[in-house]
Amino acid sequence: MSIRHSLLALLQDQPRYGYQLRVEFEDRTGSTWPLNIGQVYTTLDRLDRDGLVSNDGGDGEGHVVYSITEAGRAEVQGWFATPVERSNPPRNELAIKLALAVTLPGVDVAAIIQAQRTASMRALQDYTKSRRDTAANQRAADTAWLLVLDSLIFQTEAEIRWLDLCEARMLQLAQASGARSHVRKPSNGVTVEEATPLTAENRR
Amino acid sequence: MSVQGPQQVLELAKVSRTFGQGATAVAALREVDLTVNAGEFVAVMGPSGSGKSSLLALAGGLDRPTSGGVFVESTPMAGLGLNALARLRRRAVGYVFQDFNLVPTLSAAENVALPLELDGVPARKAHRQAVDALRQVGIPELAHRLMDEMSGGQQQRVAIARAIVGNRRLILADEPTGALDSTTGHGVMEVLRSRADAGAAVMLVTHEARHAAWADRVVFIRDGRIVDEATAMHDPAVLLAPAD
Ligand SMILES: Nc1ncnc2c1ncn2[C@@H]1O[C@H](COP(=O)(O)OP(=O)(O)OP(=O)(O)O)[C@@H](O)[C@H]1O
Ligand SMILES: [Mg+2]
Repeated sequence: MSIRHSLLALLQDQPRYGYQLRVEFEDRTGSTWPLNIGQVYTTLDRLDRDGLVSNDGGDGEGHVVYSITEAGRAEVQGWFATPVERSNPPRNELAIKLALAVTLPGVDVAAIIQAQRTASMRALQDYTKSRRDTAANQRAADTAWLLVLDSLIFQTEAEIRWLDLCEARMLQLAQASGARSHVRKPSNGVTVEEATPLTAENRR
Repeated sequence: MSVQGPQQVLELAKVSRTFGQGATAVAALREVDLTVNAGEFVAVMGPSGSGKSSLLALAGGLDRPTSGGVFVESTPMAGLGLNALARLRRRAVGYVFQDFNLVPTLSAAENVALPLELDGVPARKAHRQAVDALRQVGIPELAHRLMDEMSGGQQQRVAIARAIVGNRRLILADEPTGALDSTTGHGVMEVLRSRADAGAAVMLVTHEARHAAWADRVVFIRDGRIVDEATAMHDPAVLLAPAD
């Protein structure tokens, strides 16, 4: 997440001081990514140094107010216009963990998958509940928060589908290697065809 | 006054179901324990062939276990004669079948009103309730359409309306969103959720994690056994991802 660009975008709205920026940011993203105030001040210092905001001095109540500069506006515009960069490929602890688990002896991969599935489902249940509660008494400010929740819901759902696929693939590998003792059926909605491991024949 | 625990609507106690005999026997369910309370929404997820439909059929009294007990509102199903069982199913249990099970020559409203009328509800009142149920699933305008003039998704919604009509205390739904687009599927979850919030016990079988997530509890089943369970935490901390 780019704190730098988020703060700049909020300043494009109107001049604000550090604490206001933090409250505004958290309000619009449902406090999903809490900002610590120190982080806000450090970022403002850097933006000031780079000429993207200007320090307008105190507001008489001990707050230092910042406003956006022309260069800052251009920066925000560029940020909105550029697709979010995908770290290539995105670092994904779960994928790394499973990739290692399947290649190491003595690891119960099925158990790892189920434990993760349960944890992901819990999160999905909580997101879904939050979404329902927020939508039921929606305020104008909740629009941004609902979008963030939808994004979390889609990501978590994708994670669970991917776990189902991993399980189906493993099952197939086990069957192919003749391990008949723990034969299981392919998992949720994943057909055997989809789950076919990439081999020299079908990679093409 | 005594302290009342949550009211148990459905209880499966050490339920097993085996199809066939000898070498070809299939153990669809193995010693499953599961309860669903009034006001609770439980989702069942698991691979194809893991026993989900078998579980639901036992819960709805459509099938009898090979061993173990099924209780609806503390009444053992095994002790009921055919008539009493049929009455319980009409009055207390709403069932959405994986393949709908609607009467093709009847209209949507007639299909939905059927269990009520069989149960002695006067025709006009049954019709009113049927139209209300069709409204809840978003198709009141199709009340007079015949089944074979409706799309798969529309028929599915009629099947759901039939399961929620009247005040069913136990609602069992087997893949009720299979033929629906995502907006309609979402609408069906809202209907099931509001039924549970109004005090019904709801059990949903689904392959969609997004739909299962509407439940208070998600039960995972593999090879006829419950292997795990996810309960919503309603913990705001879960919503907090670390800042960068
Ligand atoms: N009437 C029957 N006679 C024989 N075997 C049956 C019968 N009904 C189900 N089975 C078997 O019992 C097992 C569980 O079936 P069930 O229909 O409960 O699975 P399911 O989890 O609902 O699968 P799906 O997701 O494909 O609907 C399967 O192996 C199935 O072949
Ligand atoms: Mg089934």
